[in-house]
Amino acid sequence: MNRPAWALTWRCLRVWRRDWLVNRQSWKVGFLVPLLEPIFYVAAFGVGFRLLIPEVHYEGLTVSYVKFMAPSLVATSIMYNAFFENTYSSFVRMYYQKTYDAIMATPLSIEEVILGEILWGATKSVMAAIIVLAVLSVAGLIHYPSALAVIPLAFLGGLAFGSAGMVFTGIVKNIDTFNLPIFLFLTPMFLFSGTFFPTDTLPHWAQMAAQAVPLTHLVHLTRGLCFGIAGWRDVAVAVGYLLVFTALCLPLALAAMRRRLTR
Amino acid sequence: MSSNADDCVLEARHLRKLYGKAVAVDDVTFRVERGELFGLLGPNGAGKTSTIRMAYGSSPLSGGSLRVFGRDIVTDWRAIRMRLGVCHQDNNLDTEMSVRENLEVFAGFFGIPRAVARERADKLLTFFELEHRGESEVHELSGGMMRRLVLARAMVNEPEFLILDEPTTGLDPQSRHQVWERLGRLKQDGVSILLTTHYMEEAARLCDRLIIVDQGRILVEGRPRDLVAQYVGNQVVESSPVCPELRDFVKQRGLEHEDLGHRMLIYCKDDESLFREIARRYCQDNCILRMGTLEDVFLKLTGRDLRE
Ligand SMILES: Nc1ncnc2c1ncn2[C@@H]1O[C@H](COP(=O)(O)OP(=O)(O)OP(=O)(O)O)[C@@H](O)[C@H]1O
Ligand SMILES: [Mg+2]
Repeated sequence: MNRPAWALTWRCLRVWRRDWLVNRQSWKVGFLVPLLEPIFYVAAFGVGFRLLIPEVHYEGLTVSYVKFMAPSLVATSIMYNAFFENTYSSFVRMYYQKTYDAIMATPLSIEEVILGEILWGATKSVMAAIIVLAVLSVAGLIHYPSALAVIPLAFLGGLAFGSAGMVFTGIVKNIDTFNLPIFLFLTPMFLFSGTFFPTDTLPHWAQMAAQAVPLTHLVHLTRGLCFGIAGWRDVAVAVGYLLVFTALCLPLALAAMRRRLTR
Repeated sequence: MSSNADDCVLEARHLRKLYGKAVAVDDVTFRVERGELFGLLGPNGAGKTSTIRMAYGSSPLSGGSLRVFGRDIVTDWRAIRMRLGVCHQDNNLDTEMSVRENLEVFAGFFGIPRAVARERADKLLTFFELEHRGESEVHELSGGMMRRLVLARAMVNEPEFLILDEPTTGLDPQSRHQVWERLGRLKQDGVSILLTTHYMEEAARLCDRLIIVDQGRILVEGRPRDLVAQYVGNQVVESSPVCPELRDFVKQRGLEHEDLGHRMLIYCKDDESLFREIARRYCQDNCILRMGTLEDVFLKLTGRDLRE
């Protein structure tokens, strides 16, 4: 063999640290999105929809529409933060800034660089989830202490969506190509994963499809934790799904990026 | 092998690099001895950067072997990179961070503790006269400053061996001389250096030994002065425009020369009387005698056609 074997150690945290340091500066603007977005949504759905949809029946509970929808804002921000970080931002670092090329002259492997980036994407998901949770808590829409478990869940969800994003980063031709997975996967998930209405209102085939995608499971558990009704079974199914999903996407992402960066 | 591995920082043997079917590096064999400043010269697309990328283990070898510090780059890349500094051809600085952070964070990749990293950053900023720009953003720097920062960054781990891919490209004469002076100091401190450059004057001045490659193959290897003496001699007559009589004279005497149409170079080796004869008989004003240079050697060996 004339090419180095895969190498994956804790050194990936050095790349995570680089991203963390950079983020300290851009955070002043970056935190505005997770701060303002839930405010807009709660205002729009809380005020605007109140008369159209007075209440929603969910798992034996009857809740206001805005309360039903609020946990979805946490879950979708987990999805979008990791996915965008490990697509657009990682692509810029790889392709335009050539940051990865520079790091390849230090004692880090490609796998460590990419895993560090994915861990960072998951960290951004956690930070966004905390801010969204805080805003929604002020509005009295979140149940504690069970909602605190959303924080580690955000990390796992971030790993899942970040790994998926990195797979695309490994294969897209140019940065505009990311529109495709976003339009084909993220937007439908955003709309149909039990986010804005319960999945049981969907036709049977669509319910099955919804059960196959990661956001449905993330939304379901996030909502269960935010309402304080999640049982061990809910936790096991969602966490299990996200673990398996990550276990499939992460090696794919590492392989795709290794292929792309090895010239 | 005549000398042991300790004296040699880099040893490439029958190195090859293919991109698909295109051959970028073709059976290249050379050694960089410890403490030496070794030049890797060649026209655009000759395979210099490809060779360098293999040398620090970022690009898989398509054939041959490459050892740094006596260790195989394929298996021991991590240990090798700890002791190696690389200045890339592109200014791949981190534009999201300040000048100082670029150095400190890069030091972090080597696992250098923060306090030490800060000290090193101070030292390197001073060494490259960037100490006033530590807090600047990278995009505020001039091209020359960026280049110096890339060089500084290559040295955060205090490497014993520096690989520099066109470190002075884009620098003004002042900065270039400054970099030369710094490289000289590093060499005095015992740092070995592999240098690529398109400035022949720079190579002639700095390199102990060098190779000239073209289309992935080594054309010559030697000390700059020896190469000049061997291939062009110390005296070159340059005549422009060229009169037909001079052409005949050169042909008739069988002199080594290069005819560029409007300009002719005649390699006189060490024969000054030949110059006087040419000047007297064929060209009074439009003829100069000058020293042979490494650039003459380079052009003679690699030809004058444009690459790529
Ligand atoms: N990633 C790549 N994929 C395909 N071909 C490549 C790649 N990198 C380099 N090449 C080709 O390999 C050859 C050698 O390129 P290389 O960059 O090593 O040359 P170089 O000597 O560094 O040139 P320059 O002086 O312009 O920097 C060129 O023909 C180039 O087009
Ligand atoms: Mg090059």
